[in-house]
Amino acid sequence: MDLGINVVEMLIYLVGIIAFAAGNAAYLVWVERKGAAHIQRRTGPKEVGPYGLLQPLADGAKLMSKQLIIPDGVDKPLFMVAPLIAMVPAIMIFVTIPFSDSIIARDINLGLLMIFAFASVNVLALLLGGWASRNKYAVISAARAVSQNVAYEIPMLIIAITIVMVSGSMNLKEIVDFQAGGFWNWNFLPTNGNFLGPITFVLFFICFMAETNRAPFDLGEAESELIAGFHTEYGSMGFGLFFMGEYANIVIGAALTVILFLGGWYCPFGLTDGIWWFLIKMYLLIWTVVLIRWTYPRVTLWSLLNLSWKILIPFSLFNLLASAGLIKILG
Amino acid sequence: MAGYFTNILSGTKSLLVGLSITQREFFKKPVTLQYPWESLEMTPRYRGHIQLVKDGETGTHKCISCGLCDKGCPSGCITVKGEKQEGVKVKVLVRYDLDFTKCSLCGQCIDNCKPGAIEFSKEYNLASTRKEDFYYDLLKRLKEQK
Ligand code: SF4
Ligand code: SF4
Repeated sequence: MDLGINVVEMLIYLVGIIAFAAGNAAYLVWVERKGAAHIQRRTGPKEVGPYGLLQPLADGAKLMSKQLIIPDGVDKPLFMVAPLIAMVPAIMIFVTIPFSDSIIARDINLGLLMIFAFASVNVLALLLGGWASRNKYAVISAARAVSQNVAYEIPMLIIAITIVMVSGSMNLKEIVDFQAGGFWNWNFLPTNGNFLGPITFVLFFICFMAETNRAPFDLGEAESELIAGFHTEYGSMGFGLFFMGEYANIVIGAALTVILFLGGWYCPFGLTDGIWWFLIKMYLLIWTVVLIRWTYPRVTLWSLLNLSWKILIPFSLFNLLASAGLIKILG
Repeated sequence: MAGYFTNILSGTKSLLVGLSITQREFFKKPVTLQYPWESLEMTPRYRGHIQLVKDGETGTHKCISCGLCDKGCPSGCITVKGEKQEGVKVKVLVRYDLDFTKCSLCGQCIDNCKPGAIEFSKEYNLASTRKEDFYYDLLKRLKEQK
């Protein structure tokens, strides 16, 4: 392909992805606040624009106009770079997510591997941010975030491996195509050889929530005990980037769940396939994430690790073996 | 081992029940009061600062300038001034000042008033940074009331 066109295309994708990630981050905050408010029988933001719809813009303007305070004694380079590490991998991951048959920035054969590779960088941001802050709460939070991420990456990867085994590819597009036809072909049912079916779907969903440090797994920023955890010392856009990174990761996690388990852009009844199905499924999952945050109290570190090592890992390992057997039998 | 699985099952069930409750609450109407766009009617026995009662028939106050409220106030918040005017039998009230900064809302003044010319108002939006804002000219206030 001509180099000039290639660069233009790249720029368009880049702008599109950043706009998508930033727009989602901004409006998911709105959804979150509205959702939380109505669950608690309040009204939530309603003054800025109709239904408070301009609130995210006001919040963004506020964050950007604030001074970035760098406290004395922080490790300055690390302190500055940590928010970037939180945001950049999230943007990178969007490159290989297939929103529909044609809407995908780069169709990479090892797409799934790339996603997990970049997703694991996220924890580095929390670690560096907490470590560089020279604040005991931030350091405790960083340590927690790491142990949590180590514990939950294992079952998540084992489940992902099962799906790769079932569909025989690491290319996200092929994984989705493998589930074409109707919802009975989707990977969350055992039809394709994913032995425990819906259970793995739920386990994956739990892992994704733990990986994104969302409530009830938000031990890293437990306000009641750690002020704000790793981003205690951050203000202005430093905090803004951490925040956007978190929401971008939620979108990625939901998108990945849709791709791996819910047939991507395919209609449940094999009719009107397209990006809208992808978005509907993704936003339903995201709504569940919001609902979960405002339903469950935060778990303790002990029960968090317990859940992973005693329930998620044994189940996912069993599923891996059973699925392997099932695939062998199915031929 | 059996406890392990029943634990997981009962745990999952309770989690689902929790989710269904929050989702149900989500669709209900908010119960919060949208202050300052709307505010609650104060209860009948609420004690705001005192005010002159408006007489429905004459359209003015009922005060006879006897000064008993002034004398009875333990904090000395009230200053009443009456004048003898031609053609009127009783003294006519010309000033009724309340220094609300010292008022303890004890109600002595109201108990002392024979004709029932003063009452507690229902005023509660009274924030200010200036002390002078709490020196009320109650006569003026009565005139301004519709
Ligand atoms: S309520 Fe009590 S303190 Fe207040 S003006 Fe009346 S008598 Fe004085
Ligand atoms: S006691 Fe009643 S009538 Fe007498 S001066 Fe006070 S308000 Fe007027």
